[in-house]
Amino acid sequence: MQETSDQNVYGYLTQPEVRFLDAVAARLIPADELGPGAKEAGVTCFIDRQLTSVWGSHGRNYRGGPWPEGTPQQGFQSRLTPREIYRAGIRETNVYCLKQYRKAFEFLAPQQQDEVLKGLEGGIVELVSLSSKLFFGLLMRNTMEGFFADPIYGGNRDKVGWKLIGFPGVPASNYNDLIDEHNVPYRVEPVSILDIQQGRVALDGQGLPKHVRVKNAEGENGR
Amino acid sequence: MTATRLKPVDAVVVGTGIVGSILSKELADAGLKVVALERGRAIDPQHDFAAPYVYDELKYDRHSDIFQDLSRETLTFRNQAAETALPIREMGSFKPGEAVGGTALHWGTHARRFLPWDFETRSRTLERYGKGRIPENCTSQDWGLTYEELEPYYDQFEHLYGVGGKAGNLNGEIQPGGNPFEGPRSREYPNPPASMTFAGTMFANACTELGYHPHVNPVAAQTQAYMNPYKLMLGQCIRGGFCSSHACSMGAKANPLTTVMPALLKQSNFELRPLSNVIKVNLDSERKRAVSVTYLDASGREFEQPAELVILAAYTFNNVRLMLLSGIGKPYDPVANRGVVGRNYSYQSAGRVTVFFEEKAFNPFMGGGARGTSIDEFNGDNFDHSGLDFFGGAYIAVSSSGAMPIRSIHVPPGTPKWGSEWKHAAAHYYQRNFTVRLHGACQSYRQNYLDLDPTYRDANGMPLLRMTFDWGDNERKASAWITKKAEEIAKAMNPSRMSAQPTAGHYDIVPYQSTHNIGGAVMGADPATSAVNKHLQSWDVSNVFAIGGSAFPQNSANPPTGTIGTLACWAADSIKDLYLKRPGPLV
Repeated sequence: MQETSDQNVYGYLTQPEVRFLDAVAARLIPADELGPGAKEAGVTCFIDRQLTSVWGSHGRNYRGGPWPEGTPQQGFQSRLTPREIYRAGIRETNVYCLKQYRKAFEFLAPQQQDEVLKGLEGGIVELVSLSSKLFFGLLMRNTMEGFFADPIYGGNRDKVGWKLIGFPGVPASNYNDLIDEHNVPYRVEPVSILDIQQGRVALDGQGLPKHVRVKNAEGENGR
Repeated sequence: MTATRLKPVDAVVVGTGIVGSILSKELADAGLKVVALERGRAIDPQHDFAAPYVYDELKYDRHSDIFQDLSRETLTFRNQAAETALPIREMGSFKPGEAVGGTALHWGTHARRFLPWDFETRSRTLERYGKGRIPENCTSQDWGLTYEELEPYYDQFEHLYGVGGKAGNLNGEIQPGGNPFEGPRSREYPNPPASMTFAGTMFANACTELGYHPHVNPVAAQTQAYMNPYKLMLGQCIRGGFCSSHACSMGAKANPLTTVMPALLKQSNFELRPLSNVIKVNLDSERKRAVSVTYLDASGREFEQPAELVILAAYTFNNVRLMLLSGIGKPYDPVANRGVVGRNYSYQSAGRVTVFFEEKAFNPFMGGGARGTSIDEFNGDNFDHSGLDFFGGAYIAVSSSGAMPIRSIHVPPGTPKWGSEWKHAAAHYYQRNFTVRLHGACQSYRQNYLDLDPTYRDANGMPLLRMTFDWGDNERKASAWITKKAEEIAKAMNPSRMSAQPTAGHYDIVPYQSTHNIGGAVMGADPATSAVNKHLQSWDVSNVFAIGGSAFPQNSANPPTGTIGTLACWAADSIKDLYLKRPGPLV
């Protein structure tokens, strides 16, 4: 894995918050025999960068009141921004864990962590300042984004999310030649925008990468 | 604040999407002095859409700066009038654009013509099934314009946008390989059809086995390099995915920036003013004639642009909102079922069957536009509805604009949503599944409409548009019945697992569905039930034309974009050939 110096520098999250989110990421997408999970992919770093971006303060979302709860079909109606949701959600989930298990979330056994996460997911755990479903929904959404988005955003380190499923990332310009070859898996070393920015891959005249083929997970020959 | 009054022009065009670009070009070609006002920024594709930066799912699926900035302006939404509408705070069900080029910068390029039936929905349904078939609260109606009248303009638009496909009906002769249910077309598509993907081929084989007529979707993602009638060169689509909701770095996606703008911007009688947000059309004292539009520039300064002719060419919502804010046409009153502006807002229904296999490899990241395969057997009135309890239908398709990993990880039903089991299923099935999708029509109803919100306001202090919308029972029944047909096709492909999900329950503003919002300023033959006549001209203010999805009286199952472009070509000719020769009401 290519380490960069700012990989574990956080602009918004505090260290206890980082430890909480690392523990959550490790349960939502665990490291296992298939490879690294969301924690190793840098999802916490991804979330931190999202929270310091325009999105973290809902810079492009409508923020005027009044703020009644609304129906589920009416969507997000909290007056809290993602930054505020994470700060309150982490703190209040840890308060719940301390009360229930006498330990903060990060120190619970994996099975207990799953119980807490299911409690948040189902809205059973009651948090003081926000709905636990809302908090869990954001944790899930950002974990998936951080695992599968381009590594320029701080997650999907070493393109582990793409390698897991066989996604090639930035396309090569030869797909038209391959589309008629049915049922032949196209397995390549994925290419990210970050790879191109850092000059790690060869490009063609259109600025698109030349893919390097690899054997896939089952040992079949990729093209 | 006092507006700075500018020098009068012949025509002012509000919006620079598909409609605004075509109208500006055609009117400038006719010699008019044209100014186009666009609320979004100018785009230079060489810089804004350069490789590799467009291959970014997080940006284009979630945070794109070519989507409408909801912090400045959004809509409020509720399922029914008894609820309080609340603002759409975060982009969800649909993604209107905000830039020169409009929503078409990120469209999916599926350019399927509407069926002849779509233009005569009410009269043909009455004729074939009698009065009982159309629900009492259904306000679907005929367009006041037939497919035959529009056919030359479909042809014009398809050549402008370089649509690739295979004709199914050439001047009444059914063509092998095409869609036998389409209306007669006067000539072939300008470009050849795309080759079929593996998933599309499996779907086509299953359909053929069942006696259906599969055909390749017509797409405006160029199937070969193409020069359009404005002498602009479009590149060939490389099928690299990152297409629908994304901008294209290859110049292969037909949109205003690739098909019209470079030619238009060279014309000295045309001026483009980006970051110019029109807030009102100003009428004369008798309210029969528009005299100017008021807009705010990037610094919030107010300008008044006088013009002889005002073209409303914004997205569906803003055409309707501007008419309401300006007092053009009578606002719709759903209680009395009177008035026209805001009436017949509609959308599109859906339904999907996802099929999972153990031993296949679909390379789902390869795709572009709506590349894929469809059948039309259950669209419109292509099948006998006798004995059924709904009218209208859906086409069924397997297409790939590229399966992007944040949005397109599908796992078999019963799989947990997270944890190791989910991870194993995601890894195994990403390459081994695809979705058979219904694209369904949506009729219009008295209870579904647009008006001005009494509470919430935009950044300029003006009321937001309020949407009241839920699925009709007719659409739920149609989706349930046609989803069963899709399941039969799915089973014929022998998947190891499958999951089916028709449109059901309440319409939900959260998950992305389609940016196929239509109606609210609909066209028709009767001023009591339409805001514009068959030439897209306001019945009340004859020098205002409101063109776009806003004019559809109800929605076809087919994607609206091609028909929006076609209406633009039609209205441009109406203005040039009829209106300019004799300004005044055309009907």
